Amino acid sequence: MAEYTIKVRRFQPESGEGPYWEEFNVDLDPSLSVLDGLLQAKDRDDGSLAVRCSCRAAICGSCGMKINGQSGLGCKTQIGEAQELADKQASAAGEDSGGNSIVIEPMGNMPVIKDLITDMESTHWTKIRRVTPWLLPHGAPPEREYVVEPESMIDITQSMACIQCGACVSSCLSMEADPEFIGPAALAKAYRFVGDPRDAETHERLHDLAEDPHGIYDCTHCFSCIDACPKGVAPMDQIMRLRRKAGEEGIEDPNSGHDHEIAFVKIIEKKGTLDESLLLQESFAPGFKGKLKPSKRAIREMLGSIPTAIRGIRTGKMRSLHKLIPGVHPKLPDQDDVKAIYAHAEEHSEEFNLYIKGEEGELAEENVEKGIERSTDPDTAQEVKNG
Amino acid sequence: MAENIKVAYWPGCVSRGFTPELHGSMAIVAEKLGMELVELDRANCCGAGVIAEHNQELADTLNARTFALAQQTGLAMMNICSTCQGAQSECQQRLDADSAYRAHINEVLSGQGLSYEKDKQGFTNKNFLWLLVEDYGLDRLREQVVRPLSGLRVGPFYGCYIVRPKERLGYGEFPDRDVYLEKVIEALGGEVVEYDGARKCCGFPVITMARETSLRQAGTHVGDALDAGADCLVTPCPLCHLNLDMQQPEAAKVVNRDLGLAVLHLPQLVGLALGAEPKELGMGKHIASTRWVEERLTTGAPA
Repeated sequence: MAEYTIKVRRFQPESGEGPYWEEFNVDLDPSLSVLDGLLQAKDRDDGSLAVRCSCRAAICGSCGMKINGQSGLGCKTQIGEAQELADKQASAAGEDSGGNSIVIEPMGNMPVIKDLITDMESTHWTKIRRVTPWLLPHGAPPEREYVVEPESMIDITQSMACIQCGACVSSCLSMEADPEFIGPAALAKAYRFVGDPRDAETHERLHDLAEDPHGIYDCTHCFSCIDACPKGVAPMDQIMRLRRKAGEEGIEDPNSGHDHEIAFVKIIEKKGTLDESLLLQESFAPGFKGKLKPSKRAIREMLGSIPTAIRGIRTGKMRSLHKLIPGVHPKLPDQDDVKAIYAHAEEHSEEFNLYIKGEEGELAEENVEKGIERSTDPDTAQEVKNG
Repeated sequence: MAENIKVAYWPGCVSRGFTPELHGSMAIVAEKLGMELVELDRANCCGAGVIAEHNQELADTLNARTFALAQQTGLAMMNICSTCQGAQSECQQRLDADSAYRAHINEVLSGQGLSYEKDKQGFTNKNFLWLLVEDYGLDRLREQVVRPLSGLRVGPFYGCYIVRPKERLGYGEFPDRDVYLEKVIEALGGEVVEYDGARKCCGFPVITMARETSLRQAGTHVGDALDAGADCLVTPCPLCHLNLDMQQPEAAKVVNRDLGLAVLHLPQLVGLALGAEPKELGMGKHIASTRWVEERLTTGAPA
C-alpha cells in the first residue's frame, strides 16, 4: 500500500461555476490502476466525482482520460507508474522530485459533460460515422458467408483492435489546431474497410479522404496517437497506409498531398539529398503540366511563400543559387548507388514487414511457426518464398 | 566517459539547406567539446517519413546505406535532426528485426561495397542531444561552461520524432530522453521555462498540405512560450526550426498576435555557454531576431 495525491480537474455544469482542481488522498497498492484510485476517492470522499468506467480491464474503452497530460485508459495505467511520471515531470521543471500530485483531466479535443466524462458523440462518433464504417460490397451477396484468405486480413487486424476509447482523439495534435480534422480513430477505422478485400468501394473511400482538406493529408505525423492507443492500433500508421494506397490508386488530391510525396521521392532519386526549393515548387506545380497551367492553389501558395523567401535572402540563410533556384541543388558524388536502390526497391517492393516490432525473432519466428506469410500480396509472398 | 568522442556524423539535408547556421554551429561546438566529427558526406536523405509513406522498403534501404557508410568508419553515428533520428530509428527497427529482410536489403548494397550489419551491441545512431547527455555527460559539459546562461529563460522544443513513439526510440533503456533538453538548459546555467508546447508538433510536416493547421500549431507554441516568459526556445530539430523561426511571421498572422521569439538550435545554445559568439553561431541568419538573447547574455547576467 502507498499513499498518493490525485489532482482531478472537475467540472459540475449544474453549479454554474467553471472547472476547478481538487486533490484527493488515496491509499492503494502501486500496481493498482489510476481508475482504482479515482473510484476510491469517489467511495470515500466525494460520491459526486464523475468518471465513466465498466470493465476495468482495457476492453470496454470507457475510461479514457488524461493522466499527467498523457491520454490513455485509467484502468490500464498503474498508479505507481503515474506517480513516477508526475515526479519526473516536476523534477525536469526544477521542482521537488518526490510526492507530486498525479494530474488527472478529462480527454482533450472533446467537450466536457461533467468531471472526467466527455461528450464522445459530438466529436468521436460523428467523425467515425463520417468514414462510412461498414462494408460496401458490390454484387449479390454469396449464398453463405464471404470467403476470404486469412492472409488477406492480416493487413487490417491492427485497425480491428480498436475499442473506440477515444484516447487517440484526445491526444491528436492536428485536431487541436484543426477541430475539423477527421482524426486518428476515424481514419484508422477507414483503413479497416479500405484494406478489407470484401469491400468494393476502396477507390471512392480513398478519393473522399484525400480530397477532404481535413482528411488524410491533415495529419501532422506527430505519433501522439500511437503512444496514446492502449491497444496498439497505431492510428497514424493506418493514415500513412491510406496515403500510400491513395497514391497507388493514382488519386490526385487538391491538397498537394500526393504531389508532395511524389516530388520528395523523385528529388531524392535524382539528387540524393533534399532540394528544398524544388520540393516546394514541385509540390504545388508538378511537372511541365503544373507549370504550364498552374492551379489557383499553386499560384496562391507560391505567392504566399515569397515573403518567407525574401526574409531568408535578407538574413543570409537562403543566399545561394542552389537554395533559391529549384533544381540547381548538387547531386551526391555516387548518386548512381541511390538510383540502384530505387530500382531494387521498385522491382522487388516487399510489403512483408509492415508489422515488425521489437527485436529479431520475436514476431518473425512466431509467424513462421504459425505458417503466416509475411506478405499480404500473394504474388510477392510467392516471390519471397522463391527468392 | 572521459576520453574524446569520435562519431560518424550525419548532418542531414536541412542543416545544409535552409538552416545552414545549424551545420556551422555544430562544427564550432564539436571543436569546443573536443568531439571529432567524421562527416558522412556521401550519405543520402533519411526520407523524413515521406519516402516510407511511399515505399517502406525504399526508405529502409536508403537508410541502411547510410548506416552501412557509418559502419565502414567503425564509429557510432550521430545526427543533429529529430526527424532524421525518428525516420532512421524506424527503419533500423525493421532492419534489426528480421535477418531475411536485412539480407534482402543488403543484396543491393553489396553491389556498392556496402552492407548493414546488426552487431551484438546494436548499431548506435544518436541525436546530438542524446549523445551530449548519455556519452559526453552533463557534469563534463558543466565544466566546459565559460559563459553561464544565467537568467536566460529557455523553453525546450523537442520535435515529435525524438519523443514518440517511445517503444521505438530507446526509452526503455533511457527513460529520461524526453527531459534531456531541460537537463542541458540547467547544466548550461539557464532557466527552464515550462509551457504547453515543449513536446507537441511544430506543424512542419503539413506546411504544404494544410498550411493553416501547420502554422496554427507553430504560432500557438511560440505564443504559449512567450506567455510563460521565455526569452527563447531551443530545439534539436531543424525542421521544427523552419516552422517556429522561418515561418514565425506567417504563423503570427494565423494566430493573430504579435510573436517575435528567438528560436535557437541546440548547438547554438551550447555554443553560447561555451563562449562562442552569436555571429559565428549564425544567429544573424535567423528570421526571429536573437538580439534580446544576446543582450541578456552580455548585460543582464553575472557570470
